[in-house]
Amino acid sequence: MVSIAGAVGVAPTVFDLSKQSVRELNKFVHSDLRDVTAVRIDSPNGAHNIAVAVDAPLRIEIDGNVGYFGAGLNKQATVIIKGNAGPGVAENMMSGRVEVTGFASGSAGASAHGGLLVIHGDAGLRCGISLKGADIVVGGDVGSFSAFMAQAGRIVVCGDAAEGLGDSLYEAVVYVRGNIRSLGADAEVQPMRPEDTTAVTTLLAAAGINHPAREFKRVGSARKLYHWNADANQEY
Amino acid sequence: MCGIVGLLVKKLELRERLGELMVPMLIGMTERGPDSSGMAVFTEPVTGMRRKLSLYFADPAFDWKHAEGVLSERYDDVSLTVEANHAILTTTSEPAALRAWLPTEYPGMRVLSVGRSIDLYKDVGLPTEVAKRYHFGGMRGTHLVGHTRMATESAVTPENAHPYTAGEDWCLVHNGSLANPGSIQRKLEKLGVHFESDCDTEGACRYIHWRLEEGDTLEQALEKAFEDFDGFFTFLMGTRNKLALVRDPFACKPAVVAETDDYVAIASEFRSLAHLPDVRHARVFEPKPAEVYSWSV
Repeated sequence: MVSIAGAVGVAPTVFDLSKQSVRELNKFVHSDLRDVTAVRIDSPNGAHNIAVAVDAPLRIEIDGNVGYFGAGLNKQATVIIKGNAGPGVAENMMSGRVEVTGFASGSAGASAHGGLLVIHGDAGLRCGISLKGADIVVGGDVGSFSAFMAQAGRIVVCGDAAEGLGDSLYEAVVYVRGNIRSLGADAEVQPMRPEDTTAVTTLLAAAGINHPAREFKRVGSARKLYHWNADANQEY
Repeated sequence: MCGIVGLLVKKLELRERLGELMVPMLIGMTERGPDSSGMAVFTEPVTGMRRKLSLYFADPAFDWKHAEGVLSERYDDVSLTVEANHAILTTTSEPAALRAWLPTEYPGMRVLSVGRSIDLYKDVGLPTEVAKRYHFGGMRGTHLVGHTRMATESAVTPENAHPYTAGEDWCLVHNGSLANPGSIQRKLEKLGVHFESDCDTEGACRYIHWRLEEGDTLEQALEKAFEDFDGFFTFLMGTRNKLALVRDPFACKPAVVAETDDYVAIASEFRSLAHLPDVRHARVFEPKPAEVYSWSV
């Protein structure tokens, strides 16, 4: 750990992962950090589990690409990944903000309960799978099976969605600006209501991405899978 | 879980450094595959009627020098380069005859690959140990296909390590597993294809090679593979002048590509690419599911 010149609490504490271990970094961000508000991580080099389970109002900047589960379980912190993220970025986030300037691999924001995940590039398959209340804004496309079984929260997709969007969706809502290759079982395109327009406008503003809300369609649950239908004969 | 790595250099001077650039890539995939690893390196092709055969014999005390003498009496223009328990045999004789004769003369000897360009090394052990044992760092060539294995479908043995080969100058490595390797094997055995291990990947390698021999393009061969393979996979394949990559339609297994004017590098994860020269300015992307990517020398 190296403190850059300046008063503690102003300049970021710097970790260089080409010299220090992820375990050292995570031990530090889990410790009592009354005097630290900012952390910078250099040379992440695709390592796994960078800045996971942070529970403090820190600003963490990561200068490069992260591997699996970057900023997973985040609570309170703002984590900025200046690069690409591996599978499961911000998985199970509780609150705070995680931002990826490049692309994110599969299962971005999986089962996240709260907070905002912003991905400026594309997101891979299963983005927002089993989402439980967080918001996700994707500047590019999302891969197949995104929002699978998503229960609560909102996903804004500025590009296209691949196959099976919103399969077995519960009460989460997906807004898509581009094309939807196919919808999953029980997902349907629904009319945009005034509160949807407000939601898209607010989320895009929070993400710092500019598109008119009227360009988005709403995808929600048709709620046909909520009740067992013996006559369906496993055909949905 | 397994790790795959591939590297194709675009500049002549980098061919000298192919192995040196690759070793950290392979070691970077240790956690994904600590039990065995291997590498197929494609060199400048041998000329004329010559072929190279990569041989493996488990016993470290095996007398390769004596074997070279025996081979020279029987076959034409034989030379042997020994690397631990592997050797590269070069000859102008017909490879099929050697393939049949070698295991009868030396029971337990295996022919790992045949071709004009391919050299193949694979064995059990940590990637760092295997790389050291066969001096991967000094390997030269145009492109290579490497693998680190964490066995799920079959035992940890040298023959179950990857890469797998079929025919000439063709190899494949696999991250994932197939649920129907038996039916793939039975289908191919009826057509006269011979199997040498009990690893699911061998079926995939021989299946795609069979389709290519039948005249399919790689895209057509893989379309058929999507229908016949029940399982999940990222396959990285090497031919004399190409690297090709495909992920299953559900993209169950990862892959990342980094491309610059100097090289194209492929790995299961970015951490195997992080050390590459100027990777910060590389075009880095994740291959899309069920899409075939290929790069030529």
